[in-house]
Amino acid sequence: MSLHVPTRRELLLASGTLFAWAYMPKLAQAEGRDPRLLAIVLRGALDGLAVVAPVGDPNWVKLRGHKAPTLGGDTPALALDSMFALNPAMPNLHRLYKAGAATIVHAAATPYRERSHFDGQDVLESGLARPGAVSSGWLNRALATLAPAERANPRARNAFAVGPIAPLVVRGAAPVLSWTPPRLPSAGDDTAMRLLDLYRHTDPALAKAFEERMGLTAIARAGGMNQRTPGNAQPRGAAKAVRNYFEQSAGTAAKFLARADGPRIGALAFDGWDTHANEGALDGRLAALLGALDGAIAAIETNMGDAWRETVVAIITEFGRTARINGTEGTDHGTGTVAILVGGALKGGRVVADWPGLRDADLHENRDLKPTTDLRAVLKGLLHDHVRVNEAVLASRVFPDSMAVKPMAGLLA
Amino acid sequence: MALDPKIHDSKAQDPQTQAALALHRFGLGPLAGSVNAIASDPRGALIAELDRAGAGRIASPDLMSSGEAARAAFEFRQARRQMRREAGGQTDGQQKNAGDNRKGRPRPSVGIAPQEIYLTEAKARLDAALAADTGFVERLVWFWSNHFCVSADKGQVRPIAGAFEREAVRAHVLGRFGDMLLAVESHPAMLMYLDNARSIGPNSPAGRNRRRGLNENLAREILELHTLGVRSVYSQDDVTSFAKVITGWTVVPARRDPELGGTFNFNPRMHEAGPQTVIGKRYDAAGVEQGRRVLADLARHPATAEHIARKFARHFIADEPAPALVERLRKRFLDTGGDLKELARTLVTSDEAWHAPRTRIKRPGEWIAATLRAVGANPPNVRPLVQAQNLLGEPLWRPPAPNGFADDNATWLDGLSQRLDLANQFARRHAGTADPMAVFEATVAPIASEDTRRTIARAESRPQALALLFMSPEFQRR
Repeated sequence: MSLHVPTRRELLLASGTLFAWAYMPKLAQAEGRDPRLLAIVLRGALDGLAVVAPVGDPNWVKLRGHKAPTLGGDTPALALDSMFALNPAMPNLHRLYKAGAATIVHAAATPYRERSHFDGQDVLESGLARPGAVSSGWLNRALATLAPAERANPRARNAFAVGPIAPLVVRGAAPVLSWTPPRLPSAGDDTAMRLLDLYRHTDPALAKAFEERMGLTAIARAGGMNQRTPGNAQPRGAAKAVRNYFEQSAGTAAKFLARADGPRIGALAFDGWDTHANEGALDGRLAALLGALDGAIAAIETNMGDAWRETVVAIITEFGRTARINGTEGTDHGTGTVAILVGGALKGGRVVADWPGLRDADLHENRDLKPTTDLRAVLKGLLHDHVRVNEAVLASRVFPDSMAVKPMAGLLA
Repeated sequence: MALDPKIHDSKAQDPQTQAALALHRFGLGPLAGSVNAIASDPRGALIAELDRAGAGRIASPDLMSSGEAARAAFEFRQARRQMRREAGGQTDGQQKNAGDNRKGRPRPSVGIAPQEIYLTEAKARLDAALAADTGFVERLVWFWSNHFCVSADKGQVRPIAGAFEREAVRAHVLGRFGDMLLAVESHPAMLMYLDNARSIGPNSPAGRNRRRGLNENLAREILELHTLGVRSVYSQDDVTSFAKVITGWTVVPARRDPELGGTFNFNPRMHEAGPQTVIGKRYDAAGVEQGRRVLADLARHPATAEHIARKFARHFIADEPAPALVERLRKRFLDTGGDLKELARTLVTSDEAWHAPRTRIKRPGEWIAATLRAVGANPPNVRPLVQAQNLLGEPLWRPPAPNGFADDNATWLDGLSQRLDLANQFARRHAGTADPMAVFEATVAPIASEDTRRTIARAESRPQALALLFMSPEFQRR
């Protein structure tokens, strides 16, 4: 990627955002590290059992029948350990797992126990224990607790998001920049400058939003953000479009995070995981989505370059799905699911699970995988060990009222 | 919050200001001359639109019923499959070439492509938006269509998403909530979108034979999103019971029936027979009547009134609307048995609805319609506008999830730089025919700051002036 030399216009336009992102979590910096953290929210409730199948549980095949990923059959799952195997649509994740750069946390869930997507997503992204009016996300609040590298620059703590709409997890008081793939010829700089001037005089909220977006767009255009990830046989049609979108979004996020002067914390969201009918874990819709997610993971690894070894990506979802297949070859809203962690900074190659079992009596409300790990413990562990947010702040501000949920130790290498 | 409070207050009682506010807040933006036309009685103009005969309906010979559309799309897809099979007999090289060149690929001569139906519907919707006097009724249609959203991203829904809006939403937009609810939940588009078409009672004849069963998706979203609201009065047991109640609410397969394919069908073989209890009430009725009665009770439930009143006020007025306004809407909804015309009338006759500052960012669809109305354009090809709406994050009839597109400022503030790119394109296209200062006078002058007027007047070119006008705070916020 060639380094872009900004024009005077761009500098003015971005009001210093362009080269002012050299924020580092100070404590981590003191250790000589420069950690990157990317959250990927899978909206719609991921069927964790179909992603990381408990093939060693005697009740697994009984629950899912021929829909159950197993080590046999036409499309055998990829063994992780004696108990678990990965959905065969995810060879890149499997490779990273074998190399110690991926960790699966199973039977995990947020504290939310109802089954509304939207409340569930609010709890997942807000970091609050209950749904309700929320305006900020845990990642943004974590960011806000960190000291900027240069006090003089109030914009030095930006997070950023990919897509036309920033996910709640990064929204909040700390500034957020978002980026969407540009598909239109842009308006001239002069028009943008005049407009910014008007907003500054009449509408500060529009001025702020506009300034930040324009700054980011300028960088994205300059940085050659549209490269494709090589490798992987390309699927066709709609599945291909989804795969391209996932790869491009995640790859772009990685390019921003990799830059020496880029942001350190980012988020993106992928929709489409609400597999009520014809789930197709091995040969249908879910398999295609997981393949796309696998491509996104590979794109991040590639585009991170040297920064990969300081990277953690947390892939999370609002809740899981029913343990049994429903009446329409799909699964309904459930509870326990997986969190997928990838990145060179991890002590990976492990499935972390206090396995609850799959007998009828083991299931939550006789229908869902029972959650035995609080997802907040995982996220707190990452924020604590990787980004160095202190535990008291994590328990009060980032995940309010979570004192009892200790940060999970030992996730990092 | 955004506007200079002095400007807002000093002009608030001016009839031109009220007229411009009416058009931006409750309508789809002024056409040339609209501000003057309604200045004598802005509230009356909005109410007159509610009272017009056939308000909200679209009649066009180009439009098909959802059944016709489903069958036409099925024929098309079937013929295309057939052509591909036949093409499979050719050499690999020929086939590859055909695949590489989409435009040159032969198209079936029977049926109609789902995308073509979708675009025809999009054009009819745009025409209605551009022809409306104030656009108030269209805005109501858009609100309810988003409340009861389906997604054209689901293959079977794509050809009938537009028909769904006409048949289930427009037909009742000034009628009763309960009638709209029944029309929506029994519409093939909704039954397929939220999977109910295939949900089978576990103890029904079909359930016993085929070892298939229940899908609770639609039942849950009716309770959570369409009526009572999340965290209100229902439990998981209510979801499951209600899902059983509406088993058998399904769709005649398009392939099976050349006359009724793609229409609603109650299939007793899929229905879980017997009484069910939903929200503490036992329903003994048999067949489709059982579901009708549950829906009728949900439509009248106080939690539904509360949910709808808040969402309605939020959409038109502010992220946090005045509690007194929400309360008045709630009460009116309950008192009138969910009369949606009365709900709309109550909104525009409430002082709070006029006194709230103009903070809401227009949604992408509203903003695009307003730019076209401002310059009096109606492009014959709707495709670029559909693409524009995609780019701004509000693809037509394709919400990301069953709760529809977000309805808050934070969400839509994000798309500003994309809006500028679009504003620039529109402006370049229309600057030859539209005089920017005349458009300014006709659309935002009564509510505009001196800064905005000066910025537009001093633009270096007419396209730039128009783009700045479309992007001005007064054109973006309502």
